[in-house]
Amino acid sequence: MKITGAQALIKSLEIEKVKYVFGYPGGAILPVYDALNYSKIKHILTRSEQAAAHAASGYARVSGNVGVCMATSGPGATNLVTGIATAYMDSIPIIAITGQVSTSVIGKDVFQEVDITGATAPFTKHNYLIKDANDIPRIVKEAFYIASTGRPGPVLIDLPKDVAETKINFKYPENISLRGYKPNIIGHSLQISRAAELINKSRCPVICAGGGINSAGAEEELMQLAEKTCIPVVTTLMGIGAFPANHPLHMGMIGMHGIPAANKTVTEADLVIAAGSRFADRTVGKVEGFAPKAKIIHIDIDPAEIGKNIQAHIPIVGDVKQILGEIVKKVEHKVPSAWNEYASSLKKLKEEENLGSHSDERLNPIEIIRQLSNKTKGKAIITTEVGCHQMWTAQYYEFIKPRTFISSGGLGTMGYGLPAAIGAQMAKKDEMIINICGDGSFQMNLTEMATAVENNLPVKIVLFNNSGLGLVRQLQEFYCDKRYNQVYFSFVPDFIKLAESYNFKAMRIQKQSEISDAIDSLISHEGPFLLECILDINENVYPMVLNGSPINEMIGG
Amino acid sequence: MKTTLSVLVENQPGVLSRIAGLFSRRGFNIDSLAVGTTENPDISRMTIVVEGDEYVVEQVKKQLNKLVDVIKVSKIIPEDSVTRELVLIKVDADSHMRSEIIQIAEIFRASIVDVSQKSLTIELTGDKDKIAAFEELLRPFGIKELVRTGVIAVNRGANTIKIEEEV
Repeated sequence: MKITGAQALIKSLEIEKVKYVFGYPGGAILPVYDALNYSKIKHILTRSEQAAAHAASGYARVSGNVGVCMATSGPGATNLVTGIATAYMDSIPIIAITGQVSTSVIGKDVFQEVDITGATAPFTKHNYLIKDANDIPRIVKEAFYIASTGRPGPVLIDLPKDVAETKINFKYPENISLRGYKPNIIGHSLQISRAAELINKSRCPVICAGGGINSAGAEEELMQLAEKTCIPVVTTLMGIGAFPANHPLHMGMIGMHGIPAANKTVTEADLVIAAGSRFADRTVGKVEGFAPKAKIIHIDIDPAEIGKNIQAHIPIVGDVKQILGEIVKKVEHKVPSAWNEYASSLKKLKEEENLGSHSDERLNPIEIIRQLSNKTKGKAIITTEVGCHQMWTAQYYEFIKPRTFISSGGLGTMGYGLPAAIGAQMAKKDEMIINICGDGSFQMNLTEMATAVENNLPVKIVLFNNSGLGLVRQLQEFYCDKRYNQVYFSFVPDFIKLAESYNFKAMRIQKQSEISDAIDSLISHEGPFLLECILDINENVYPMVLNGSPINEMIGG
Repeated sequence: MKTTLSVLVENQPGVLSRIAGLFSRRGFNIDSLAVGTTENPDISRMTIVVEGDEYVVEQVKKQLNKLVDVIKVSKIIPEDSVTRELVLIKVDADSHMRSEIIQIAEIFRASIVDVSQKSLTIELTGDKDKIAAFEELLRPFGIKELVRTGVIAVNRGANTIKIEEEV
């Protein structure tokens, strides 16, 4: 029996075990939505296409599966762009399906036409414009394979309306033949042996765990390596959760707003084992000043990351889980050394940091994060937006499980957190999902509260309201000689009323003494909840490494 | 430093724009680019001359390899390869200049492909140095127009840059 291209697309998604599609309908994608009527795939209607892409990304990051989002041609497709670029920069596997105008009018500038494959080529892992309906099953299979293997990333499929309406004989291919795409999975055994030798010889080694540990599911191998060799572990922003924050060897996040102990440990190290990290600029600071005494072992699935930002002495291309597993077998057991003592002493400094500077009259954001961390035992899934709140969360929430810190690292996309929380909650119905946000970011996609309520998702929101753009203000303080521009909102809505109008339970706090009870209320409430915390906009994020400085030169570190 | 890369790609619409886009986005400089199908009609070969140091060339190779439509990227070693380019040069040539230009063309084994009252169009094939020398000699006569194909290259001997046979 013949079916339409749209039906073939939906059937292909079902074969790929897709449970949820996040999207927004429109004209050119009508046939696909019509076919969706007859599918068991659940469609989550967001309030903008951008949120659909972020939700798919949040879903992918929490579940480990490919997230799927969908939009119509033209503005629908362009609204997905920010979400696609966000996923690309953080190597998140999503499939974006866009409707397109009919093939006969492509290029004629008809209503809602845009060249979305051209637009997204630079920040998709691959994309397709389907011209023959018979190609749909093969392309969907390839898209899922490309998105989820090797270094994961977004793949876009553009489906013209007439192709979606063409009838075909459906046959899902069993095999994939892509001669131009063969990711290297197994690490070179000689390189692995050399790495193990170097680890055995080193006196002051440190492991730098990146987002690759989370996406490869390599946390156990990482733990085995760290414990067998007593090597301290720092993480990048994307690597948060890859190594439990309550572990004695855990040093914290490195980088521009890294934990001083972590930044100093890397700077003093004689060996850096970078596992699944791309040495992003915000992670390494001034390149020449990054781990100046250290040899570098760089493990990454993407050969193009080797030597791109930092020259490695021993590069190993492949799956970080497999490679770490092999290294663990080859390294010698070690006992804690003077190096471990040094690292621990740096950590103690952090713990002794004085928090007393905040009187009861002023909320300390770090204290809010700490209490949230304690009261959820580090086990909540936290999404963030971008700004001060994101950095405080990264620094002070003690994440103990992988895939629980969901944040836009590479692209730094404001408005990411709430839709990502919706995707995360779809993936883990029984876990607590908390979006920590600032009032700037929150206002970019706050309409997604409707999506949460519509789908009975008990998403929690902790809103740091400083009536402005705190982190941009901080940048202007340092780089523009305090010439503040466009960082204060002269009008801020009543977020409590706003949240209540979306059927969220809402509460506002302004004093230190209110934190504990408020967080208890947030945690114990069964439905969606917004906790607004009134902050001073002059609350800066420290430490801070200035542009062009090495990461051990920190202001406020 | 100039490096020649031989790139095998899927012969599909949009591939050229992906590759051109990659170069502009990553800030790589293309000196020349020549495209055509290979002995297998499903595969095109792009011969790309890249300007940049070793780091840049390495990055170009790796980033090209990341494109799904790129099947193989090989660096052409100058000593082990033959490189050629074709140029068409239109020169100012009235009747008493003509014979001198034709003599130069003969020395270079170039051929005259078009003659008019005031011009001669010459076709020359050769490597970069030969073409540069020829251009230099013709310059005093007045070059009206110069069109070149971009470099193409092939390995010497029996070595080939092909994809491994599919099993």
